[in-house]
Amino acid sequence: MASVIARARIEGMVSSLPPKVKKFLTSHIRKGENLELKTELNSEYRDRRKDAVKRVIANMTVGKDVSGLFADVLKCMQTDDLELKKLVYLYLMNYAKTQPELVILAVNSFVKDADDPNPLIRALAVRTMGCLRADRIVDYLMEPLRKTLKDTDPYVRKTAAICVAKMYDLKPQSTIDNGFVASLQDLLSDPNPMVVANAVAALREIQDNPRTKSPVLVVNTVVLHKLLAALNECTEWGQIFILESLADYAPNDVHEARNVIERVVPRLSHANGSVVLAAIRVLLTYLDYLGNAEGADQVATMVVKKMSPPLVTLLASTPEMTYVALRNISIILQRRPDVLANEIRVFFCKYNDPPYVKLEKLDVMMRLTSERNVDAVLTELKEYANEVDVEFVRTAIRAMGTCAIKIEAAAERCVGALLDLIKTRVAHVVQESMVVLKDIFRRYPGRYEGIIPILCEHLDVLDEEEARAALLWIVGEHADRIANAGDLLQVFVDGFADEHVAVQLQLLTAAIKCFLRRPETQPLVQQVLQLATASDLPDLRDRAFVYWRLLSSGAAVRNVVAACPPIEYEPAHQLSPGLLSELVRHLGTLAAVKQQPVATVVPAKELVARGDDDDEDDEVQITPSATAGPNGTPLPSPVPARANPAPAPAATASIPNLLDLDFDAPAPAPASASAAAAPTSLLDLLGSSPPQSASASASAAPVNDDLMGVLGLGMPTSSSSTTASAPRAIPTTMSSTSSPLDALAGLGDLLGPTTSATSPMSGAPGLAAAATAAASGTFAPATASSTPKPVLLARDAGKGLEIRGHFTGPSSASGGALELDFTNHTATPLSDFAIQFNKSTLGLNPAAALSSVMSTATVAPGATASARLPLASGVAGMTQTTVPPDMVQVAVKTTAGIVYFVASVPQGWMVAVGGAGAAGSPAVGNVGGPSVGGGLDGLLL
Amino acid sequence: MISAVFVFNYKGEVLISRLFRPDVRRSVADLFRIHVITAPQIRSPVTVLGNIAFFHIKHENVYIVAVSTHSNTNVPLAFEFCTNLVKLGEKYFGKFDEDAIKNNFVLIYEILDEILDFGLPQVSDYESLKLYVTTESVRSENAAAPGDASKVTIQATGATSWRRPDIKYRKNEVFIDVIEDVNLLMSTKGTVLNADVTGTVKVKAYLSGVPECKFGLNERLGEGAGAGAGGAGAPQSQYGAKRLVDIDDFQFHQCVKLGRFDPDRTISFIPPDGEFDLMKYRTTEGLTMPFMVHPVVTSISPTRLEYKVTVKAQFPQKYTATGVVIKIPTPPNTVTVQGLGAFAQGHGKAKYVASENCIVWKVPRIMGGAEMDLNAEAELAPSIDSNKKPWSRPPISMAFTVAMFTTSGLQVRFLKVFEKSGYQTVKWVRYHARAGNYQFRF
Repeated sequence: MASVIARARIEGMVSSLPPKVKKFLTSHIRKGENLELKTELNSEYRDRRKDAVKRVIANMTVGKDVSGLFADVLKCMQTDDLELKKLVYLYLMNYAKTQPELVILAVNSFVKDADDPNPLIRALAVRTMGCLRADRIVDYLMEPLRKTLKDTDPYVRKTAAICVAKMYDLKPQSTIDNGFVASLQDLLSDPNPMVVANAVAALREIQDNPRTKSPVLVVNTVVLHKLLAALNECTEWGQIFILESLADYAPNDVHEARNVIERVVPRLSHANGSVVLAAIRVLLTYLDYLGNAEGADQVATMVVKKMSPPLVTLLASTPEMTYVALRNISIILQRRPDVLANEIRVFFCKYNDPPYVKLEKLDVMMRLTSERNVDAVLTELKEYANEVDVEFVRTAIRAMGTCAIKIEAAAERCVGALLDLIKTRVAHVVQESMVVLKDIFRRYPGRYEGIIPILCEHLDVLDEEEARAALLWIVGEHADRIANAGDLLQVFVDGFADEHVAVQLQLLTAAIKCFLRRPETQPLVQQVLQLATASDLPDLRDRAFVYWRLLSSGAAVRNVVAACPPIEYEPAHQLSPGLLSELVRHLGTLAAVKQQPVATVVPAKELVARGDDDDEDDEVQITPSATAGPNGTPLPSPVPARANPAPAPAATASIPNLLDLDFDAPAPAPASASAAAAPTSLLDLLGSSPPQSASASASAAPVNDDLMGVLGLGMPTSSSSTTASAPRAIPTTMSSTSSPLDALAGLGDLLGPTTSATSPMSGAPGLAAAATAAASGTFAPATASSTPKPVLLARDAGKGLEIRGHFTGPSSASGGALELDFTNHTATPLSDFAIQFNKSTLGLNPAAALSSVMSTATVAPGATASARLPLASGVAGMTQTTVPPDMVQVAVKTTAGIVYFVASVPQGWMVAVGGAGAAGSPAVGNVGGPSVGGGLDGLLL
Repeated sequence: MISAVFVFNYKGEVLISRLFRPDVRRSVADLFRIHVITAPQIRSPVTVLGNIAFFHIKHENVYIVAVSTHSNTNVPLAFEFCTNLVKLGEKYFGKFDEDAIKNNFVLIYEILDEILDFGLPQVSDYESLKLYVTTESVRSENAAAPGDASKVTIQATGATSWRRPDIKYRKNEVFIDVIEDVNLLMSTKGTVLNADVTGTVKVKAYLSGVPECKFGLNERLGEGAGAGAGGAGAPQSQYGAKRLVDIDDFQFHQCVKLGRFDPDRTISFIPPDGEFDLMKYRTTEGLTMPFMVHPVVTSISPTRLEYKVTVKAQFPQKYTATGVVIKIPTPPNTVTVQGLGAFAQGHGKAKYVASENCIVWKVPRIMGGAEMDLNAEAELAPSIDSNKKPWSRPPISMAFTVAMFTTSGLQVRFLKVFEKSGYQTVKWVRYHARAGNYQFRF
């Protein structure tokens, strides 16, 4: 009692002192906390020890360093108190890595605990030992693990199963050598469902490990039956593991697929949303396996019908889960548009939905809009346009435009609604409506010209470049109907220098159009052309020059300018067929939620194997060069975007749909990751095509299209893809001599599995080397062939394949050729050469398969083969924003893998084609979706 | 898979941090704090930074975050896991907020340790977890006795992990609560934009042994499942006993044998001991909306807004609604609201709550068929900025509970309990209709 009073008195004294003195007096208390804990940890009383351990854990959580207490905490391990034991283990797991010598002291009691009569303690010991991650104790872990894998108690076995995965992560080879992976495979036949589920999970874990080379989880008919049996009885999480492995399995025949579907359908009623989504993933995948079998349609209809209600129910769960569900529904709808056809109302936004849910709901609404429900949808959209959140309002207005463009009958109402919105004079509403109306004008030319005066009245509200450009387009296009078109344009011309480049470009085009319809505006055009040609921006200047020359040459400018074809409806964010089927197979995963190819989410195996530090370097390399498209899809480009960072983002923004079309494909060939990631993902793609693809080449067409995308190739494939052989068939027929003389067959070869392992030197350094090679590859086209050809691909960048070469030929591309020398610096002979060109300004494409023009089909180690590849110039495509217009990206595929390089086209060719290109190009206009707008407009001319 | 689990408070302080895999460091918590917690507007619960993906949910005043790296993680699994953690926390210590977490952090670590191993979710069922993860350390010693422990482990991993075999009750009772959350969205024109009911059947089972139960509803397809027996306290005789209800979708507790429901719509299960959600359902057909609100809001002048709101109770007279709260939004520049004082007897009280920008009208009890009016006038401060966006008019929202009434007309037809000893079971059924998202635009 007395001591308490004394202490209170001291405390009272301390608190009355000035702050500085007080701090001085009390600072030792904080500092000495660890010391105090040390004393407590060594206390003879159990309760005090336990409290001390709790305080240690609390300090650990907030990030204080308590590693100094390691030895003291370790002493508390020998206890019967399960809770205390768990706490000590928690501490050990955190600090084992920092004190590997001391962990050895704990090993003994772990081994002892693994023999404890209490199964909970046995499991705890095995679980914790796996988490210690100290190399030195792995050897001690072997024996307890072997014992617990055969434990009589299922709880211990299921824990031991996971422990194998942990150990594999630490020491893969010794895990295999000690037969643990094999025991894991045995556990698949365990009588206890949860053990089976965990064994599946652990095997999948090992399978996904970058260092695993051979398949460990082999699902066959026997295993399949065990999995299906366990599916009914294990926990919700176990069901997910099993469903995931089912999704990866390819059934042997239609009967088996149907059986799996029947067994999985009941899972749709599970209360856990992730089980439902995993079940849907399996169902959608297996419906593809049914193919055209008898009764397949009925099964599909039945499954689709049963799928709708659970999906709707998912929308009533937590906002986060709703978001995930919506992202996945967007994918499901692209595969099975009939799933939620009658349920559009559940996607109407609630006032208190979080913004991310609202935006996703709008996206799904747009997919479901049809003539039947468009009225209700429009009423909703009008409601949304009054809300506060600017981004949501803009998206809602954009959605109105989509309705108008998608459904002709609704266009009238949409235009009316948009006009009402414009009259509100709220800046962001007016601007967005303007952009949307421009697209509607493009879709239905000459139908709503009556509203143009109203639009022009709101010129003063517009301050964003996109809206200003939209209004300019409208004015230019309808200059003959607008009496004061010249005056309106003059307003813009006066402030020309301050305008954004997109507006400047659009102004230039609008002025020309205006002049063609109203010749009296010639002084205006003169002024614009002068301003534009004096600009520092190459795009603007060059376009102005082209116009100027066209005008002065008296050519049929009118034909070129007036031929602005109406746009067609094209859903936004549409996934390409290949990416779609890849994502359907990975429904619910991060890739599906981000709607990106799996390869962009999961790192290529080799990159990981190089260790943590290298990984971070790669990240730095990938991020800037993978310029994200509107969906975040990286542009495939072996040249880092850093080379010319300024134009890239601008162009990306102005041509979102083109990017979608061309690069939305599972383009895992971004920059440095390309060489390593491409082969695996190509194989994935092959695997993802329905098995019946061997029977029908037509069904292979979408896959093919997409593979073009993989390589970033933009050849017009629709007509020729029917001649391509089915991808599945290629591995068997793959030989360079039997390939048809067709560019697409060459592509087919590209798809073949790469047989030899790619070297680890394929990442960033290769990229750098390729870039320098490309830089040194700028040379005069007339270089005599006797002189050594410039190096296009250095040997270490090309996995041992060195490529030298240059373009030769007359003054234009059509008669030209690409002369190439391949030198094999690898130890194995290389064969099966194939080549593809990326889209280029000249539209260069090989006119023959590479294998047919090579001097030898197989290049022996150390030997050199030469080839003269004739070229054809097709329709000029958009150049990739990251590549200079006089460069062509080329991909060469050999048995050693795919390599990329950049070759520069002779200047003479550029000039020769410049004039001809204009006539052929308007066809490109059709490619653009509604939002292409201003960016494309220039190209049309 | 889940590499780490963090819990943050709103200030961004780490309350719980548990790493499950070696591929993340504790410092990723800083990444999340910088990029999500302090970021002004989060547009998605999924945040990918470099090769690290963060999945977060908000609950009370904390963020629960699952972290994964380098793998194509199952996203719904991560979110379900976080939600599950919250639910477990609530069952163990009532509330899952900052204070509760700070007070129970040892227990949370213990739970985490048990439900997640190497990033793979394990047993997360409260009924089996509570057997070996206990709040009192004394009891954990009891559970540690070898004989009991093996029973525990068998149960945790077995086909019926949710039930111990040796439960005994003197009186065998089952309480069934059918709770319907009614969601309604009415347009300005008074047409129904969206109306549905999400119902939950909560069961409190105090039954001995390992009983097998069969459950039946007056649901259209389930009609063939079995003849009605032993249903208790059926309400809503106005529909007649023969009325059948169309259910759009069912979701069942894991104890329900899904394999049997699919072919013949039999809901059969071995119940966990104590309280659980047997099933959730959703229906959109044949609903009787308990309340209708007819708002007329007219702008008399730029500074005056007139409200005439009529509320009508549409359920039959013999039921009563309780806890009725109607929130009528007012513009943000409202100064006062007049005329809220004059209410007829039993029409509740209304007041203007400036912080929420709405009139809150509370009525403790409303009889079926009753109709009530609110007439008020809001005085607005003159707006200085003439270009300002017009008021967006958030919808009127409503909260209420109607006892013994179901909006869908759903009734429990029978609950049969089969047990070896053949004991008699006493069954009780209650119904509640509650407002979920009950909104009227105006």
